[in-house]
Amino acid sequence: MSHDLLVALPIVIPLATGVIALLFYDSRDSQRVISVIGSAALLLAGIALLMTARADGILVTEMGGWPPPFGINFVADLFSSLMVLMTGLIAFTVSVYSLATMDPRRESFGYYPLFHILLMGITGSFLTGDMFNLFVWFEVMLISSFVLIALGGERPQLEGAIKYVALNLISSAILLGAIGLLYGLAGTLNMADLGMKLQDVDEPWLVTTVGMLFLVSFGIKAAVFPMFFWLPASYHTPPIAVTALIAALLSKVGIYALVRAFTLIFTQETSYTHQILLVVAGLTMITGVLGAVAQYEVRKLLSFHIISQIGYMLVGLAILSPLALAGSIFYIIHNMVTKTNLFLISGVAFRLQGTYELKKLGSLYRYHPWVSSLFFVSAMALAGMPPFSGFFAKLTLVRGSLELEHYAIVAVALLTSLLTLFSMTKIWTEGYWTPSPAEEEGKLPPGVDEFPGWTRNMVAMFLPIIILASLSVGMGILAQPVISLLVETAEQLLDPSLYIESVIGDEP
Amino acid sequence: MKSLILQTATRSLVAVLLLFSIFLLLRGHDEPGGGFIGGLVAAAAFALYAIAFDVASTRRMLGMRPQMMIAIGLAMAGGSGVISLLASRPYLEHLWYHTDIPGFGEIHLGTFLLFDIGVFLVVIGVTLLVILTLSEE
Repeated sequence: MSHDLLVALPIVIPLATGVIALLFYDSRDSQRVISVIGSAALLLAGIALLMTARADGILVTEMGGWPPPFGINFVADLFSSLMVLMTGLIAFTVSVYSLATMDPRRESFGYYPLFHILLMGITGSFLTGDMFNLFVWFEVMLISSFVLIALGGERPQLEGAIKYVALNLISSAILLGAIGLLYGLAGTLNMADLGMKLQDVDEPWLVTTVGMLFLVSFGIKAAVFPMFFWLPASYHTPPIAVTALIAALLSKVGIYALVRAFTLIFTQETSYTHQILLVVAGLTMITGVLGAVAQYEVRKLLSFHIISQIGYMLVGLAILSPLALAGSIFYIIHNMVTKTNLFLISGVAFRLQGTYELKKLGSLYRYHPWVSSLFFVSAMALAGMPPFSGFFAKLTLVRGSLELEHYAIVAVALLTSLLTLFSMTKIWTEGYWTPSPAEEEGKLPPGVDEFPGWTRNMVAMFLPIIILASLSVGMGILAQPVISLLVETAEQLLDPSLYIESVIGDEP
Repeated sequence: MKSLILQTATRSLVAVLLLFSIFLLLRGHDEPGGGFIGGLVAAAAFALYAIAFDVASTRRMLGMRPQMMIAIGLAMAGGSGVISLLASRPYLEHLWYHTDIPGFGEIHLGTFLLFDIGVFLVVIGVTLLVILTLSEE
């Protein structure tokens, strides 16, 4: 397959799926089928993209045939392709899960078209090689995720959506301003061209100042300290499938943008900028997990954990060594898998007992041991216990940090990890081990008779969970090949000349 | 509020506006104009009709739901880029076809026209979706 086709597919597939689903606006059944086919196709395209990018090096396509730096080009290096692949995976699992859990009213008001347009915004952000185009994809993502969060129009949903939109609009405004300044400074917005032109400017501090604006803007999107307040305020309000999708993908796009910008473009004064990143990473980890410890609502608790894990993802970027960066990327992947899975399983628990409150949940282990063990795998993976994926992600990260003698951040990371384990065991004991309030009164807890056999809905609900749980085990057991791929990815990121050469080429 | 003057004027204005919107759409090929501005003018025509008469008859005149219009428009615009992919060129690169029509002169057709018509439909669809939904409330 030609490279032009391969790089364009992750954007064309969700667009086509969204449009076809919109054409069948009146038929819910056809939309459901189209959605699953489209997300499976995206997953396959992601696999093909990653394999080709690993074999052939960085893939580039020029939209509309206009050469860079004038036109907009799309670039798939290992990091981008890996992110696209993960987007495909999450899209596929969540779209299957939606079949069983999404209510008909939301489905007939355009849930599936929006779902795929959101995916297009995400893959577009991962692949674009142009700063302004990145802004445009962010807007595609923001608008569709706003509607997805508000879809259904329940009161808490609207409240969450307004907080979400207000803070993200501020971030977009800052981003647009920063892009304007950057254009004034360099006269180009093509990322590769920027990377080349900004290496030898006379006033590096000016570039660093603009870089800080980008840090603030991407930082709001990624929900880093101290700009994370919108995330736990809005993520728990929509239906669980939507929460799982946006929790897995949206903040990772912010992290992706940070990694891209601070490895390719703003590398003038790394001792200064990346020191800031390191402090931000540490504070994000610790405040996120402290927030989670105080929560007793499963979805809010998990939302706070997203923040603390964003911190881990920043550590590698701040340290800028291949091993640490590989650890961070491992963390991104691991987090997408386990966090999505934890949300999906809490959706199952909600289906059983009708609540997300830990105090009201209970007895799940006694009556549903299989559901519980699936939860246990993901929770332990999140807390970083061996042999699951989280352990090796953390190990790589910690080793990378120790090599460069960043002892403080290692201490913070390990403390956070301990607190994560604490809050995961909190869910486990409160929700799964202790008897539920109903059982204490001598009655059977609600939902005992659910799941009598393998119906179609059951498959749609548990297939995604089983896939994600086995991936989280698989990435732990097969950690060696995963880490070697990720180190390759990190080395590619840390050598911007590879990216620049493949985009600009040898042209003068 | 029904105004006879407005209704009479609207009947002839709508036709002129729609014709003008198509003129703008095709003019955009080489000169200022194009699908976006053409779509806005066409949407204005329908909006005027909705003000002069009512929303239900505007929907009847439109012939299809605005959602469907958005979908068809997006399919055309997005699909026009896929044609070049099939010719193993980058996405959205537009292909041109030149021909001579006796007695008319040379014309050049491109897949870009498809893209522009798509934009035209999307703009009409989105504008009317907003206007008609709000005026029904």
